[in-house]
Amino acid sequence: MNIAIASGKGGTGKTTLTVNLSAIASEKFPVDVVDCDVEEPDSSLFLNIQKTDTEIVTIKIPEIDENACTGCGECDRFCNFNAIISFSGLAHSLPELCHSCGGCTLVCPEKAITETDRRIGEINTYISEKINILEGVLDIGVSSSPPLIRTLKGKISPEKFTFLDSPPGTSCPVVTTVTGCDYTVLVTEPTPFGLNDLILAVDMMKDVKVDFGVVINRATTGDNRVKDFCNQNGITILGEIPDDRRVAEVCSEGKILIHALPSYRKTFLEILENIQNQMEGTMQWKR
Amino acid sequence: MEEIVVISGKGGTGKTSVTASLAHLAKHAVITDCDVDAADLHLVVKGTLRESYDFISGHLATINNSECNSCGVCSRLCRFEAIKTTNDPDGKVTFHVEEALCEGCGVCVRFCPENAIAFNERHCGTYSISETANGPMVHAKLNTAAENSGKLVAEVRKKAKETAESENLDLIITDGPPGTGCAVIATLTGADKVLVVTEPTVSGKHDVERVIDLIKHFKMKAYLTVNKWDINESLTEEIEKAGANAGFLIPGRIRYDRGITKAQIEGISAVELNTPAGTDIKKIWEYISVD
Ligand code: SF4
Ligand code: SF4
Ligand code: SF4
Ligand code: SF4
Repeated sequence: MNIAIASGKGGTGKTTLTVNLSAIASEKFPVDVVDCDVEEPDSSLFLNIQKTDTEIVTIKIPEIDENACTGCGECDRFCNFNAIISFSGLAHSLPELCHSCGGCTLVCPEKAITETDRRIGEINTYISEKINILEGVLDIGVSSSPPLIRTLKGKISPEKFTFLDSPPGTSCPVVTTVTGCDYTVLVTEPTPFGLNDLILAVDMMKDVKVDFGVVINRATTGDNRVKDFCNQNGITILGEIPDDRRVAEVCSEGKILIHALPSYRKTFLEILENIQNQMEGTMQWKR
Repeated sequence: MEEIVVISGKGGTGKTSVTASLAHLAKHAVITDCDVDAADLHLVVKGTLRESYDFISGHLATINNSECNSCGVCSRLCRFEAIKTTNDPDGKVTFHVEEALCEGCGVCVRFCPENAIAFNERHCGTYSISETANGPMVHAKLNTAAENSGKLVAEVRKKAKETAESENLDLIITDGPPGTGCAVIATLTGADKVLVVTEPTVSGKHDVERVIDLIKHFKMKAYLTVNKWDINESLTEEIEKAGANAGFLIPGRIRYDRGITKAQIEGISAVELNTPAGTDIKKIWEYISVD
């Protein structure tokens, strides 16, 4: 059961929602958290769980056998990312640009290309009795995160209840995270920025064909446009978290809201139940 | 010509509100929105559209089913799980490319024995110039699920530079994307000054450390400001210390102020609303603009 927590823009409270939903769900059953926000992974900062393992993630990049290469340029002509160029009778690879598609190896007539590993980041595992975290961390300076996110998602145990903390936005890394999930929660704010970014996120959800609902964070600004948008488009509002300076303070310290301010337990419990109800509907429909 | 970029590491720290305010204070500059994934600057810097361009980038594979013999070579070779199959009721397997997952590498196109796969250029978004009260604004919209935001950022910045030259403006103010990945790298490359806007939260601190690491790779003047500093003063101090140790200048702090949201709802920048946080941003601008 995979539930992605996403948002059209960053800073709307995606991680707050992920960690608090995980904390409250873990009181009932074991939960996995998969932090796919690999450029800024934060979930582990809140959950205070022991790190047990770190695994290096690599992608395959071409390595050219200088003796075998004739400089024919076939690899160069094939590569759509300018990641391999041939000049003065020899091919040269540019690892930063390589998408690891494997095409150059396949097209080289001299079999002069083999594949070698290039490190792009790591995956940390945190294990506790109730919650396990899998956290992807992209190396600084590496520009493409989807390969790391794909590796991370490959480690999800399908039978467990898993929350995926998605990167913000609506581009490739988010699509990679959300695709194939059973449900997605979009977190937004009742502000013009929040609405603008929610509309983009809703468009994306239609593309990836994953069922979704919305949680409105900092919900008391007096701007109703987000709610109106959801109601007009038949989008389920799963819950609202009020605008409360105490929440900002508690979260700033890296604390779990439902522990520090128990009055918020009810809010998150309701959101969790609403998600479960929505998913049940979807599952029955799929069957 | 000078280019000042505002970034945040983590999103939602008030970066765009700060950029809009700086644009207002600068009076006349080229304003650039490089947050092409979730462009919001136009909501608080109002403009009228002047010109638009298509952003074409990369390719998309499309299977022509009337020529496909269902051999499965494409799906075996595609490393991005972009080729999906559906089983028709008559037992026939149909292959198709999942647009959102196709990276446009061309492997399937090359190795399809029936030449059944087309490989067309991909329309990935648009970028535009709008006229605002404070100068021309270059902004963009990346199609959802498209990749290559780094390349679109590069296009937007190129357009901003051309506009600055043709209109004799010597300042570019840029709203950067969140994160530390390709879009941010494309935004920082070749810029002169960077202002990092962060929050005094454990995640803000964690993200700022990554941003500092990244900025070290660039030769540029770097400044750091903590927004909502008064929700956690001790973390604010820690963050400022980390910044100062890495050579960042600290032009001032911005207080917690609901006026920032209010300004956004009214569609103007914080300094125009004359809210306390606006006063703080004004001080930051005075520091950076003369430095
Ligand atoms: S295709 Fe093979 S032989 Fe030709 S230039 Fe590339 S590596 Fe060298
Ligand atoms: S693996 Fe693909 S992207 Fe990388 S160099 Fe070879 S052809 Fe280019
Ligand atoms: S490789 Fe070509 S013929 Fe074979 S399944 Fe793919 S599209 Fe069809
Ligand atoms: S072009 Fe590359 S990524 Fe796209 S479907 Fe073909 S093999 Fe897969």
